[in-house]
Amino acid sequence: MTKPNLIAGIVAGLLIGGAGAAVALVWRPAISPIEPPALQSFGAELVKRGRDLASIGNCSDCHTLRDGKAFAGGVPVPTPFGTIYSSNITPDPDTGIGRWSEAAFRRAMRSGVDRAGQHLYPTFPYDHFTNVTDEDDRALYAFLMTRQPARAAPRANELSFPLNQRFVVAGWKLLFLQRGTYQADSAQSAEWNRGAYLVEGLAHCGACHTPRNVLGAERTSAPFSGGDVDNWQAYAINSRSPSPVPWDTEALFRYLRQGWHPDHGVARGPMAEVVGNLSSVQESDVHAIATYMTGVFGPPTPDRLRQASVVREQIKSPPAQPALANTSGASIYAAACATCHESDRKLPYGGVNLGLSTAISAPDPRNATNIILSGVRPVEGERSPIMAGFASSMTDEQISALLNYLRARFSNQPAWSGVEKTVQDARRMQTVFLQTSPGPHNAPADSMQRDKP
Amino acid sequence: MMTLKVNGHDHQIDAPPDTPLLYVLRDELNLNAAKYGCGLGQCGACTVIVDGKAVFSCVTPLLLLEGKQVTTLEGLGTIDAPAPIQRAFMEEQAAQCGYCIAGMMMRAQALLQKNPKPTDEQIRAELEPHLCRCGTHMRILRAVHRASHLMDTASSSSTTIGSAR
Repeated sequence: MTKPNLIAGIVAGLLIGGAGAAVALVWRPAISPIEPPALQSFGAELVKRGRDLASIGNCSDCHTLRDGKAFAGGVPVPTPFGTIYSSNITPDPDTGIGRWSEAAFRRAMRSGVDRAGQHLYPTFPYDHFTNVTDEDDRALYAFLMTRQPARAAPRANELSFPLNQRFVVAGWKLLFLQRGTYQADSAQSAEWNRGAYLVEGLAHCGACHTPRNVLGAERTSAPFSGGDVDNWQAYAINSRSPSPVPWDTEALFRYLRQGWHPDHGVARGPMAEVVGNLSSVQESDVHAIATYMTGVFGPPTPDRLRQASVVREQIKSPPAQPALANTSGASIYAAACATCHESDRKLPYGGVNLGLSTAISAPDPRNATNIILSGVRPVEGERSPIMAGFASSMTDEQISALLNYLRARFSNQPAWSGVEKTVQDARRMQTVFLQTSPGPHNAPADSMQRDKP
Repeated sequence: MMTLKVNGHDHQIDAPPDTPLLYVLRDELNLNAAKYGCGLGQCGACTVIVDGKAVFSCVTPLLLLEGKQVTTLEGLGTIDAPAPIQRAFMEEQAAQCGYCIAGMMMRAQALLQKNPKPTDEQIRAELEPHLCRCGTHMRILRAVHRASHLMDTASSSSTTIGSAR
């Protein structure tokens, strides 16, 4: 072989090898379509377990459009890269997953590839679902395949080149998708391990509560340090938690189970969906989640405990002349807020004392703003907190004055910056949120459906 | 002292800025259509229209109303010349005890100004913040549809009665 030929050979070899590697990385085979399985082929017990698991996974939140058919998809998920629409996971044979075998479903959960072999965007949190056991995937499959089929073609994502090319996702997976089932930690209790399996896997808490890097992947170096979702702030739920009173297992359990806790207030925004879904699953699973998360929060430092007792003291005997007492914010608070929030009525009939509110002590005013604008709607068929929204009666300037007063009076944190801009953004976003959120306004998913398999 | 615009008239009000609008309407201006129900913005009986939007007057302090137009039920029509929304509620006999009805009418009015032909679903969603203890909900629904029809007829015969700002 002459020298030029040798070089050409090497180059050709590298190209073929490279192409081969690229194909191996990107290409996934289609899994043959099946005849939609008969409903009777799934045992009732399995379906029921799948239902609980789907609730823990909060599937309805992303896969059910407000006023839309359950699990029919089409919910826009805004990301920094563009808008991605959730897919139809009802058993409709043409537009849903009716022709997916269990193996195809499991592959989607484990490695984010659909039945036809296309890579799925990681807005579908398969980076957590890799942990889910075969057994649990089987139950989830049984639950979804026995839902009412809904004919709803998936909407096209709004992504620009090259992100609209699904092969790009293969590269993302190479960087960020860690495969592997949950490995139990024998030094911890069975309950802790159950909680870890759920939190890190199906419940995918980190998808909202862990910050993301520039490529949209969770920053594994900062787990549970707080993230963003739908113009809400998902608070840090580790040692950096901004809650005025530290969380413990019992408080977490009651909050996740009933949607509110007297020391912490009410779950709102996207978290309202989560607690709505958790209200009907096995109590032991919610307790396991609370147990594991207590470890993530870590034991409160003496300093935090001291601050918590200061807060409790201030609630018992409020300062005679609080900060910013003669501002319009104080007057708005007195007439519009204090009647509930300083009523001495217990939650959920009265509002939480704002000294205990994480929203007021949080690093930015987004959540407090959202709640002032849209309030808290009652949940059908349940004792649940309720609050009027003030979007119609307060201007941006007035809400900003109120927020500045609340921050000064009810937190030990420095004043927020950019409050008025936050209020403007929130008012704009609110309209979008109300159009797309699955429940009525801010409420958890349809409570009437909760007891049904 | 502040100027409060109610039903097209200016009133000079001498009250602390955190006084709820409801108290001023009932106690100072003798406009008693808006009712005190819960005082917490949870029942809807106190609803009035401010700049075209339905608000709970019991949790709306005076200082939020600087430069705004307040409309109460009294501003929509009179006993002799009821507004379409009032006629519709009478014709459907949509009130039993009637305590919630003034609030219901105000929010329905605000809805119809924004959306003259609301569906059943839209009316239900809009009136969700209002509680009715007597259970006349089905008649209230019919009354809102009837008002929508009456307003349509009224506007085609170029009458402008009962349009609140």
